[in-house]
Amino acid sequence: MRIGDAKQSYEADEAIWTSHTQKLWFGLFLLILLLFPFMADSYLLYLGCLVGIAVISTTGLNILTGFTGLISLGQAGFMGVGAYTVAWLSLNTGLPFPVTLVLAGLMAAAVGILVGLPSLRVKGLYLAIATLAASVFLHFIFAEWESVTGGMGGLSLEPAHLFGWSFQSDFMMYFIIVPLAVLMVFAARNVFRTRIGRAFIAIRDRDISAEILGIDLLHYKLMSFALSSFYAGVAGGLFAYFFRVVTPESFPLSMSIFYLAAVIVGGMGNLLGGILGAAFMTLVPEALKLITAALTPFYPDAPVFMSPMLEIIFGALIVGFLIFEPHGLAEIWHRIRRFFRLWPFRN
Amino acid sequence: MDWLFFGEISLAGLAMGGLYALIALGFVIIYKATRVINFAIGEIMMFAAYLFLAFAGGMELSAWIALPMAVIGGSILGGVIEKTMIRPMLGESPISVVMVTIGIASILVGLVEFIWTANPQLLPSFLPREPVFIGPLYLAPKIAYGFLIGSALLIIYLLYFRFSRGGVALRATASDQAAAYSMGINVRRVFNMAWVFGSLAASLAGVLVAATGGLSPQFGIIGLSVLVVVIVGGLDSILGALVAGVFIGWLETVAGAYLGGEYRMPATFLVLAVILVIRPYGLFGTHEIERV
Repeated sequence: MRIGDAKQSYEADEAIWTSHTQKLWFGLFLLILLLFPFMADSYLLYLGCLVGIAVISTTGLNILTGFTGLISLGQAGFMGVGAYTVAWLSLNTGLPFPVTLVLAGLMAAAVGILVGLPSLRVKGLYLAIATLAASVFLHFIFAEWESVTGGMGGLSLEPAHLFGWSFQSDFMMYFIIVPLAVLMVFAARNVFRTRIGRAFIAIRDRDISAEILGIDLLHYKLMSFALSSFYAGVAGGLFAYFFRVVTPESFPLSMSIFYLAAVIVGGMGNLLGGILGAAFMTLVPEALKLITAALTPFYPDAPVFMSPMLEIIFGALIVGFLIFEPHGLAEIWHRIRRFFRLWPFRN
Repeated sequence: MDWLFFGEISLAGLAMGGLYALIALGFVIIYKATRVINFAIGEIMMFAAYLFLAFAGGMELSAWIALPMAVIGGSILGGVIEKTMIRPMLGESPISVVMVTIGIASILVGLVEFIWTANPQLLPSFLPREPVFIGPLYLAPKIAYGFLIGSALLIIYLLYFRFSRGGVALRATASDQAAAYSMGINVRRVFNMAWVFGSLAASLAGVLVAATGGLSPQFGIIGLSVLVVVIVGGLDSILGALVAGVFIGWLETVAGAYLGGEYRMPATFLVLAVILVIRPYGLFGTHEIERV
């Protein structure tokens, strides 16, 4: 049972760190993240990088869908904008990666603002369909604007570099992706302690009421779009550096749905949920691959059924979570924590 | 400009648009009664088409027995989906309900791949093969007869909703659920019925479209075109579904023929974007006024 938890000021209640235990656990978590690449094999490293990219993108979508209540089916398109920006810049200018990643984020944010413009006039599902239209147009541009995007063949790029270092291996990429993911989640956490973040939440809860409270709807909705697509752009840029090839098919509509599913499975409007959801949804297919590999000696047909099983599990996870656990993995996490916190006193 | 070619392309497009109108009608029925935007409609069509494949190809039944069986199978699927997965979501936010239908779509794609593999399949041909000429214009027979069968169901539906007891119950529920309930209409049954009828229209259209263009687990992508149709026409307007269905079908075919296949989707989505900006509730949809 946790004691000594009384808060005496608003600042204390709003602080990111509310207890020393929390700091200790978080330090431990960071240490594990730091030591992980030295102990993991190449497959685990690869997964670690994938999860890191997914966490950034999911956090971005969570800002837009979970906190501002604007549903978007364009996340993969925004990631594509970031990825193509990075690919084009590294092919034509040779800038180091921190510059290209920021530019990728800004480019995606600019596109995000453009896509968000109808958001004052249309909302809810109509907005979702407007973002769907945007992702169709973006895919079209990626495929047809051959002088810049390389058409259907896409672009191949050099590894990320900085001060003469070349980040070629997954091991090196891990040290770009994971610190960036931690940093960006922290940035998002802080946004929601400011006026901007509070305005987002007010808009989600009831946009008309928010407007009456003096929140400029268009301004804040566009800001949410910009912020969310900035995250997507950075994630897309990392995606480009990680796989070092970008094609129009790298960012299909199903990827947008994947991120929406990650937000829902993790828990909408909860940053921890976004992280859990991103990790969970990235690791489920890998777990299924392992199970299939283990079953193949007994059932030679097992690999044939893997891809359909994956589709079914993906759909069942979305439906199951929405019906039985609408607050997602974050709620399960809280329940576990509550159990330990109340441990000797619960029955 | 070759007017004969344009005429033939337009005719094929209009016939395809007739099928779009039928699917859109299924979509609008579900939306009007239950306020659910059904992203799984393309996958329900696909499932019915695969059922037809199983009945007509696998079990070698006559196509004219297999067709009703597949359509009934598809509508039962719709009813089961409503009972098991949409009903528990009653009162949840529209975003959640839409995501449930997206999840259902994924499950259906997986099931189809599981049972029939991911390879593209051809449906046994069951429509007459003599070429159809309307004046000097040639029209592929599959499309022409598909259009005829589709329009027949469309007309039956329109008459049914206008005159039958069930149709009136459905329209009453659509305009005011609470009032309909207090008048003794079984609203829950209406919800279920709407899904059954909506899926029935989609299933028939699914078999007819698959008969012209072949069938694969990616077939459900047609749901996106239908989405454009219903948004352009207005989500809750049957007239809108008919007009926009024919128009979008025509536009898609003409854009595909003159500009190339990669322009089909951008062309229709451009219309969608313009409509969303000018008339967000669609050409014939009801403009809802929001109150706090």
